[in-house]
Amino acid sequence: MIKMLSGNEAVARGMWEAGVQVASAYPGTPSTEILENFALFPNVYAEWASNEKVAVDVAIGAAYAGHRGMAIMKHVGLNVAADSFMYASMTGMEGGLVIVTADDPGMHSSQNEQDNRVFAKFGRVPCLEPSDSQVAKDMVSTAFELSERFDTPVLLRLTTRICHSTSAVELGEKAVSNFEQKPFPRNPGKYVMVPGNAIKRHPIIEQRILDIARFSETFPYNHVEPGDQALGIITCGVAYQYAKEIFPGASILRLGMTWPLPERLIREFAESVKRLVIIEELDPFLEEGVRLMGIEVEGKSIFPINGEFDPGIVREAAIKSGLLPESAHIPPLELVPNSLPGRPPVLCSGCPHRPTFFILNKLKVPVNGDIGCYTLAMTPPLSAIHTCGCMGAGIGVAHGAAKARSPEHHVAVIGDSTFFHSGIPALVNVVYNQSPVTTIILDNRITGMTGHQQNPGTGRTLLGQETVQVELELLVRSLGVRNVQTVAGYDVKAIEKALKTFVKLGEPSVLIVVEPCVLLPDVRKRWIPLEVLEDKCNGCTFCFRIGCPAILKSEQLDQATQRPKALIDPTGCTGCEVCAQICPREAIPFRHALVEINES
Amino acid sequence: MKTQVNFLLAGVGGQGTILASDVLVNVGLAAGFHAKQAEVHGMSQRGGSVTSHVRWGKEIFSPLIGLGEVDVLLAFEKLEALRSVKWMRPGAMALINMQAILPLAVISGEQTYPTDDSLRQVFSQLTSNVAYINGEKIAGELGNVKVTNVVLVGALSALLENGILDAGEIPPEAWLKVITGRVPPKHVELNRMAFISGREAVTGNKNQ
Repeated sequence: MIKMLSGNEAVARGMWEAGVQVASAYPGTPSTEILENFALFPNVYAEWASNEKVAVDVAIGAAYAGHRGMAIMKHVGLNVAADSFMYASMTGMEGGLVIVTADDPGMHSSQNEQDNRVFAKFGRVPCLEPSDSQVAKDMVSTAFELSERFDTPVLLRLTTRICHSTSAVELGEKAVSNFEQKPFPRNPGKYVMVPGNAIKRHPIIEQRILDIARFSETFPYNHVEPGDQALGIITCGVAYQYAKEIFPGASILRLGMTWPLPERLIREFAESVKRLVIIEELDPFLEEGVRLMGIEVEGKSIFPINGEFDPGIVREAAIKSGLLPESAHIPPLELVPNSLPGRPPVLCSGCPHRPTFFILNKLKVPVNGDIGCYTLAMTPPLSAIHTCGCMGAGIGVAHGAAKARSPEHHVAVIGDSTFFHSGIPALVNVVYNQSPVTTIILDNRITGMTGHQQNPGTGRTLLGQETVQVELELLVRSLGVRNVQTVAGYDVKAIEKALKTFVKLGEPSVLIVVEPCVLLPDVRKRWIPLEVLEDKCNGCTFCFRIGCPAILKSEQLDQATQRPKALIDPTGCTGCEVCAQICPREAIPFRHALVEINES
Repeated sequence: MKTQVNFLLAGVGGQGTILASDVLVNVGLAAGFHAKQAEVHGMSQRGGSVTSHVRWGKEIFSPLIGLGEVDVLLAFEKLEALRSVKWMRPGAMALINMQAILPLAVISGEQTYPTDDSLRQVFSQLTSNVAYINGEKIAGELGNVKVTNVVLVGALSALLENGILDAGEIPPEAWLKVITGRVPPKHVELNRMAFISGREAVTGNKNQ
């Protein structure tokens, strides 16, 4: 049966066909839909872990127990999980272990575009890279076979364009599960990585990667497509598709395993062509490997090191370097000025994070942010995020700034899921080393940015089961924070009052702001658009300062001030009442008043 | 069909471009083409630009289309139509939904939204093969503006019969089969009506 599948859906299908028993992940674009789709198959176990390191440990535990374990994350998640990734390489496992990294060339939704093939080399672990959905599905089984054959974790590297592109996939059958329950290993020499054992394991993994390199010479996904011998291209991943598109006649060596490299295959290919070029996104990873073999090759001298490729980018770079004639150039149409109004992502209308940032802006304090929707509060008019580096960073940064005797009162802002991910150890540090940092936990009862995943605070698991809810206030108090308050997200006055108190304190404080994400299905049912009473509004513009995309400028001008009055877009407004609370002229009635107005 | 067709779908988050491109790629597959689709959307908030590439052909490699190689533009919103112009081939087909969704910079008065005249002027320089449609109004008359995307797909299906597809190559029923397989049972009839209304809106309605 043939079905159109995205790369993520294809990997999920491949996991099911490969009989994966335990899959653990932390959500992160572009990888999130893999686990969400896998969880839809019958009789599988899939879970959202509290972070990527935990996810990898969970998958390792399953593999130690003799089963097929899988951990899935976006590229920067592997930074968090690096410690576990490295010891798994040292110990090997009883069952198969595959770790998916979804890299993000072009940074569609990430803070960097690191190339995680480097991790494979670093960890002496093979790296597989599919070029479309079919291969993405098939490679999952291949990765497990490789893992089990060589007693190694396998890194399955995807990129955004593989994850989020759809192409036809011939579905396979579920592998007959021949994984018997084995006794958990008692083999400390292999599984207890104290120095005395680890030192014996090191030569084993060095030999293992050499053995895999030999195996890669005949690995079926390392494949030569013979063509014109004037130009030979080595490529991998989605870049293979661009190579085929732009150089239809060239000889191509597609590497499905990008670490370790098949030296003999590459050497033979290089000798068969006049000019050897490597087309790969991001780092010159293959290029450096090939050059270390003493083979003359071009790569990043032609194609960009930064950003995502597309056929146009590959084509124009090829023209510039003389690989294609000038006549291949396609001039873009210059009919429209580049100054069209942009559409940067903004906090949604009705976003429960908005009031907190409105107050933070008012207090003029430095705010150290984190990874989540709330980072969008950096843009005007809220302008209330001043640093943001990675998951869990904000609290530590605020503490460091405070310890550097920054004269201002430092604030850290972090979401509920991010707090569970890596905020807790940073808050423990604030308490232990006592700094006057105010940590604000924005608890919107879901993992928002990645599209509504459950987390340890929501009381539900990925598989839909009810579970224990971690209670933030109890947790924070138990860490030893004495100044803790929980307020409702839309209560502008309560947030202001609490923060005004906390920013004067000389010790740690935590404000927990609770309000469900306005896009959650149950919350959507309560949406009621508000309206502006035209006779009361005098165009003071105060409501524009909350940066709500549903508050527009009316064409009606106020007679006295000649300023435009406010107008609420009824299709965008959710009735969160934040504008109603801050309007100095009571020109925006609250929901209950609105019902009365409409009834009278 | 000519050997290859590159579609660019451009809209704003929440307009249903993803469903429309899902329909398009599956219609391509059902019609026997090699088809690929790439969603180019970033963070999941509403209000951002959303574009999707769909390609049909005998053998398609790249899921992305290069700059200047779009054959058919389906724009869900006027500003996004203008933003897409640089991706188009001269003479490409364009179907533009005459809806305006104002970005924050326009709402705040920092920037101005392009006029309908400037939009029509740009597209008249680019191609003679352009159709304008008020999909939101048509969907509203059917009782639900959410089916605007299916109205547009219906209109597109009719326009493709003017030169891009061979006569009878993809009959309306083939489109409807894919669409009805993707919507909840209670909305099948609404979506069927939306598709047909979209077709009717552009038949004999070109360049108006």
